[in-house]
Amino acid sequence: MLAFIARRLLIALPTLVLVSIFVFTLQKLLPGDPALVLAGEERDPETLAFIREKYHLNEPILYQYFYWVGGLLQGDLGVSLRTNQPVLSLIADKLPVTIQLAVMAMIIAMAIGIPTGILSAVKKGGPVDYIANFLALSGLSIPNFWLGIMLILLVSVNLGWLPASGYESIFVDPVRSLETMIMPAFVLGTALAATLMRHTRSAMLGVLKADYVRTARAKGLSERVVVIKHAFRNALLPVVTLGALLFGELLAGAVLTEQIFTIPGFGKLIVDAVFTRDYAVVQGVVLCTAAGFILMNLIADVLYVLLNPRMRNAQ
Amino acid sequence: MTGATVSPASDGVAPRRQSRVWSKLKRNRGALIGALIVGFFVIVAALAPLLPIADPTATSWTAVRKAPSALYWLGTDEIGRDIFSRMIWGAQASLLAGVVSVLIAVVIGVPFGLVSGYFGGWTDQAISRVTDALLATPFLILAIALAAFLGPSLTNAMIAIGLSATPIFIRLTRGQVLSVKTEDYVEGARAIGLSDVAIMSRYILPNVFAPILVQATLTIATAIIAEASLSFLGLGQQPPYPSWGSMLNVAKNFMTQAPWMAWWPGAAIFLVVLGFNLLGDGLRDALDPRES
Repeated sequence: MLAFIARRLLIALPTLVLVSIFVFTLQKLLPGDPALVLAGEERDPETLAFIREKYHLNEPILYQYFYWVGGLLQGDLGVSLRTNQPVLSLIADKLPVTIQLAVMAMIIAMAIGIPTGILSAVKKGGPVDYIANFLALSGLSIPNFWLGIMLILLVSVNLGWLPASGYESIFVDPVRSLETMIMPAFVLGTALAATLMRHTRSAMLGVLKADYVRTARAKGLSERVVVIKHAFRNALLPVVTLGALLFGELLAGAVLTEQIFTIPGFGKLIVDAVFTRDYAVVQGVVLCTAAGFILMNLIADVLYVLLNPRMRNAQ
Repeated sequence: MTGATVSPASDGVAPRRQSRVWSKLKRNRGALIGALIVGFFVIVAALAPLLPIADPTATSWTAVRKAPSALYWLGTDEIGRDIFSRMIWGAQASLLAGVVSVLIAVVIGVPFGLVSGYFGGWTDQAISRVTDALLATPFLILAIALAAFLGPSLTNAMIAIGLSATPIFIRLTRGQVLSVKTEDYVEGARAIGLSDVAIMSRYILPNVFAPILVQATLTIATAIIAEASLSFLGLGQQPPYPSWGSMLNVAKNFMTQAPWMAWWPGAAIFLVVLGFNLLGDGLRDALDPRES
């Protein structure tokens, strides 16, 4: 198992290096002199010279890249132009907020997506399947920022049940925290629920045709036991690994959700950074997201092997 | 999705298959509804300059935030512009963004996928690693970052979305090529001494076309949402020109005073994306030889 993880880590390494090259190249897309952009409002010659010196802008591009990566390896993602805080600590501040949102969204998505997927597969071709499929497709087609706006209109403005925005840490005031996060988590979870439903359904359909399910039925087991104990357990494998891979979708969705519900998380950080032309923060966020995604991929692979006895023995 | 293979060597097979695909597509109610929705929006967007509607950028201080009425069918916005007219012109921006960005992704992604799958070896390794790296960054975050560095505009949003979607097509095409290149007719073409370019364009590309078409249809749906998202964040279509996403961006500030400003653009995005998703799903089922 350890050898397998080591091998996967080795494969992930070149990907990470390439991601770092992309992220570095991003700043080269900026039109004009990067020193002028980095200087922001202060454009006196001394500041510009200082910036050129600090970011090694006078040196060849390859050197600039190595200086930048050297910094990254020491945990230096640069400094925010706006707040002067190190980018890494900014990200570390915001990440827990987004993780709470993502975990809640995932729970909601699983609670809706998996049972609906099972039901839809068991009742294939019937009205339940038809409705579930239509709902899933709608969930995939609805822009989550619009769903958010509509829910705020209905639940907060018209019914007054939940606050429309704001954030409270779950460690400070759990009730208030859940109140402010439940609506955004639902909005973020809808598309995921749809994806999970479709995957659970197709995995279940595959498994329900398998010989061991027929055997279980032939033994006279109740349909409930057959579906839950025999079929679903085996269908769970692709669904679990998918869960890890949906991480990227969660983060991307969080960008918009946090914007609508004014939640001070990771997503809002990148959007604010884009508008204040705080490029170091944009680069830091992209880099951390990619690294996180690669890590989640690795976890998905390991989970797949751990959960699948055939794969486990093959290792 | 399987690599539906059409043998170019046997004449008559392709037309028969085409008619089978067509009849399967016609029987698929979802695909038909999808095609109708997409067709409707395409016609509306194409006819926008000819329709007798108000100027979408004309403001009127006497008609600020008017609710839907006989005069203003869908109401007016915060500076008195006609929402109906902006919706129709917005359709143009959204559909254009969806189609153009997917075209960019296909035009770049498919050749790279072809080369990667066909030649294998180091070429494949290099292209695949770059694809992995691009796929490691979530689609929308990559598009936001690109749009941020390129500068906010509809054109740049299309480029950003197109580039972000490119790895999907590289990976898909590569996988399809791998399953097709060992077929007898490819071996045959190689045996008679055809050049690599000729084999790829005449024998491989037509046989990997079906799954690419399905993916392109589904990616248009994703791209339309991505454009709306970028415009919603202020990184796409710039004022005063309308796009559904930018209309929602403004609407969110007037949720209590003028909720209709948010109703229509979102509903339109939902409908058109649903249309492309239904059509894409239908195409996939129709082109899948395993589905009867």
